[in-house]
Order: sequence, then structure tokens, then C-alpha cells
Amino acid sequence: MEPILKARGLVKRYGKVTAINRSDFDLMPGEILAVIGDNGAGKSSIVKALCGAVIPDEGEIWLEGKKVSFSSPIDARNVGIETVYQTLAMSPALSIADNMFMGRELRKPGFMGKWLRKLDRPAMEKFARQKLSELGLTTIQSINQAVESLSGGQRQGVAVARAAAFGSKVIILDEPTAALGVKESRKVLELIQDVRSRGIPIILISHNMPHVFEVADRIHIHRLGRRLAVIDPREHSMSDAVAYMTGAQVPEGIAA
Amino acid sequence: MSDSDNYEAVVQSASSEVASFEEHKKGLIGHFHHALHATPSLVPLIVLVASIIVFGIAVGSNFFSAYALTLILQQVQIVGVLAAAQSLVVLTAGIDLSVGAIAVFTSVIMGQFTFRYGIPAPISVVCGLAIGTGIGAISGWLVSRVKLPPFIVTLGMWQIVLAANYLYSANETIRSQDIATEASFLQFLGRTFELGGAKLNLGVVLMLILVVVLAYCLRSTAWGRHVYAVGDDPEAAKLAGVKVNQTLMSVYMLVGFICALAGWVMIGRFGSISPSATTGTFGNIQSITAVVIGGISLFGGRGSILGAFFGALIVGVFELGLRMAGADAQWTYLLIGALIIGAVTVDQWIRKVTA
Repeated sequence: MEPILKARGLVKRYGKVTAINRSDFDLMPGEILAVIGDNGAGKSSIVKALCGAVIPDEGEIWLEGKKVSFSSPIDARNVGIETVYQTLAMSPALSIADNMFMGRELRKPGFMGKWLRKLDRPAMEKFARQKLSELGLTTIQSINQAVESLSGGQRQGVAVARAAAFGSKVIILDEPTAALGVKESRKVLELIQDVRSRGIPIILISHNMPHVFEVADRIHIHRLGRRLAVIDPREHSMSDAVAYMTGAQVPEGIAA
Repeated sequence: MSDSDNYEAVVQSASSEVASFEEHKKGLIGHFHHALHATPSLVPLIVLVASIIVFGIAVGSNFFSAYALTLILQQVQIVGVLAAAQSLVVLTAGIDLSVGAIAVFTSVIMGQFTFRYGIPAPISVVCGLAIGTGIGAISGWLVSRVKLPPFIVTLGMWQIVLAANYLYSANETIRSQDIATEASFLQFLGRTFELGGAKLNLGVVLMLILVVVLAYCLRSTAWGRHVYAVGDDPEAAKLAGVKVNQTLMSVYMLVGFICALAGWVMIGRFGSISPSATTGTFGNIQSITAVVIGGISLFGGRGSILGAFFGALIVGVFELGLRMAGADAQWTYLLIGALIIGAVTVDQWIRKVTA
């Protein structure tokens, strides 16, 4: 089977620091691929290269067999790759609805929208509320609340809802459950599986091993700037994975 | 802890209603605080109304006359237009020190193009507006592409534009009578009309339309939301899909255009065209004062253009009120200084989301 998102030989250097060292990457259609690695292993960097936030120095990326090169996150988004960043990328002073539709606002139909470019607030609010309810984010009282008035977990929930609502080819989640409560992180995991059941593959970066082993179909282990191995969570234990990513043990079939 | 593995399953039975709470224990101050938080331009509006009432009592009924109140509008028209421009830049977390200089320079251009080159006045006005936009574009390019701090860019631009203004005009004033007889279109915005016993001019109308249009654009269009997002957190805005550089560029160009409009308003207001008009040196500080009193955060992303408009009016009310009361002009500056500090203090209080 051909990977939906494929990268070969990616390199990214920041001065003398090599963040990505000739790394490969494969995401199969319809799967949940977890990316794990030690701090500083470069997992955020490689994922940023895939979503346009970082422009790799070398290497190539293919989406559905077609070569792509992103010069900004907007490019990646336009081809259907949606990302939830660790920093969440939200404007604190703006409302939830404004944030969800940032950069792809809906305009009123007819004269008001076409000539006066008026935003269709009711439609955006309705859509935003619906997406939040699907995620179970029912503790948010008003969709017109400024994002800064939300708790950390609620903010993360809104960011995940935004990606889930708009991602059509690939959804990338960078530590999506790090700041979430039990209920919210459960909902995010359910949502991840829900998104997969719609046929959209997901890249999940996480430090939470139980969550990774629960939802992932394959686990990409990143070490020292490159892909060390891809393992099947049904055939390896969590301690194996931790051993591989910290270098305490080398997976079978890989030369030390 | 026997069932610890399954603690997440309980979530299934949780309620899925949208949470709502009784809003009760707030009290009067709480409600007031909430209203201010929801509508930040209320603060300058309250100060405006209060200062009109105070001066009305102090000065006597003269102050409430349609004449006095429209005089305030006439006196703030230039600063009002500049404050509208300044608001846009400040919302993007920038500052524009060159607004007044651009206004003076473009007014000189409109005059000199007409009188020196014999270009028809309407075309000169269009040239002035285009050059204003062009100066804004240079600042915008330096801020968005070269990534220089807006303060530095516009500090330099202020000096450059002001010097260019003197060099180009050879420090020559065009007299009001000459404009009136030969190119009265330049004074178009100075034309007055009666409205219920009050005298207004077209410059005031332009200012009001400008504020309403910009308020609409900022509140109800995608562009306006992007301006706020860029001012709030440019990095987040970029990742969320906002074209940050283009937004900044559009803001600075629009600001240049509005400053040139202010230049045209100046010709209407003063009648003559002088390269040494005080707007060149004080326009920036006056507009920033209006913006700050109007409750727009200098850190960007918060505030409304209506607030800046009220801020400009507050300054106008203080100036006229104190003059009518026969006070020393220095009292005006003293009180405006206090008002600036007071406005920022109130702003900090409103910012507190909790409470």
C-alpha cells in the first residue's frame, strides 16, 4: 500500500544544531501513527516539516503520491493537512468562533457578504458550538467567550475541535492531551478514533504511553533526529518502546 | 482503587448539557465590570458624557449649545481622522509616529501639484492620497518584511517625511484666498452646512463616516479579525492561517491613505496650506493620546476604534471647556496627562477577566 504522506531524507539544521538528520516518514491511509521520542529527539521538528511550519533544508515530501513542498502552514492546510500545535495557535482576545474560523471565515450570502464582506457570525457560531459539543466540551458556556477566559484544557479542546472540523487528508496532533482533564482527554481519544473511522489518518505526538498504545496502529520511534524504527504496539510492550526511544535497547533488525 | 484501570469509562455517563450557572452574586459593580469588559469603548464614552456634563455645569448653559458642541467636532476633525489611522496600527501592536507628518506632506503635495504644475485640483488630491498610501507602503514593507520595530520605522519616517515636506515646498505657504479663487476643490472638506442650528463641515462628516466604516470592517469582516489576531499574537495568527505580512502591509497602506485624507481635511479646516502646520510635529502625540484615552491597548489586539474616536472627543471637550471657563491652557495638558494615566489604570482593571 502506498503511504498517503511520505517523506524521504529530510534534513533541518539550525546553525550547528541538527534537528532532523536525514529522516524518513510514512503515514499509511486510515491509520493512527504515533510519534514518540525523547525530549529533543526532533519529533516536533519533523512534524513541523510535514505541516509547513518548518521548511526542511533537504529532502522531499509526497502527499498521495504527489510531490509537495510547503512554504507555510497555509499551504499545508490548503491541501487538507490540519495541525494542532503545542502552543495551540489561538488569539487569546478573540472569541472561540473567531478562532475556529481564523483564516477561513464564512461570509454572508448575497450582497452583504459579496460586496460588504460581512462575516456570517450566526453560521460560524452554530458550527463552532456543534463541533465543541461533538467533542464533549460542554463546560464552555458561551461560544463568544474570549479564548483567554477558557481553562488550559478547554483551549486545547477548542484547538482539537478546529483541526477535526477542517482536516480532510491528514490531521496532526502535537501533544493533544497534555493539558487535558480525564474527561477531555478521553473525549480526545474517542475523537481520534472517530476521525480514523471516517478514513482520515492521524499523526499523534505524545508522551503518554498508555494513550499511545491504546489508539495507535503503528508507532514511529524517533531518536537523535531520525526514525529509529516503526513498531506495532500489539507486538511490543510500553517498556520496549521506552527502551528503544531512550537508547537503552535497540529494536531487532536494527544495527547498533 | 480496585477498578483503577477503568476510571475513564465513568465519563460515558456524564451529562452532555452545556454548562450554565446562576449569575447572581455579582452585585452592581460586578455587572458594571462585566459590561465594561464586554464593551471596552464604554469607558471613554462614560468619561466623555461625564466631562460634557461637568463642563456644562462649570461653564454654564453656553456649553450645551449646538454651536459649542459642533465646534468641538470641528476642532477634533484632524486629530479624529489621525486617531482612526493610529488605532489601526496600535491594534497590530505597532505605533505610527509619522501620521501627522504624512498629513502635512500630502496637504502640501495637493497644493503644490495644483499651483506649481497646474494639475486640476481633484487629480492633485488623488495624487496626494496615492503618495500617502505609498509612504504607508514603505513603512509597512519595513515592518512586515524587514521585521524592523514599528517605533523605529515610523520615527525615521516622521523625520524623513517632515524634511521632505520642507524641502519640496521650499517652506512656502499657499494662501487661503488663492486656493479659494483658483482651486476651491482643495477646500472641499471645509464646506459648511447647517444642521438644526448647528454648523458642520464636510471634514466632520468624513471623520464620522471613516470611524463607522472602520468600526464595521474591524468587527464584521475577516480582515478586521485578522488585524486583531496579528496584534494579539502574530506567531499564533500565522500558524492559524492568517497571512500576517499581508495584513500588516494592508494596515500600513490604509493608514497612509487615511493620513492623506487628514491632509485634505487640514486644507478644508485651515483654508491655507502650510508646510509648518503644527500637525506635523504634534499630530502623532495627539493621535496616540486619543487612542490611549480611548482604551486601545498599546500591546495590540484589544480595543475599538469607537473608543479612539471618543478619546479624541474627550480631548476636544477638555480644550474647549477649559478655554470657555477662562483657565490657563496648561490646565488642559495637565488634565489630559492625568486622563492618559487614568485611562490605562481603568484599562488594567477591566482586563481582569476574573471578578
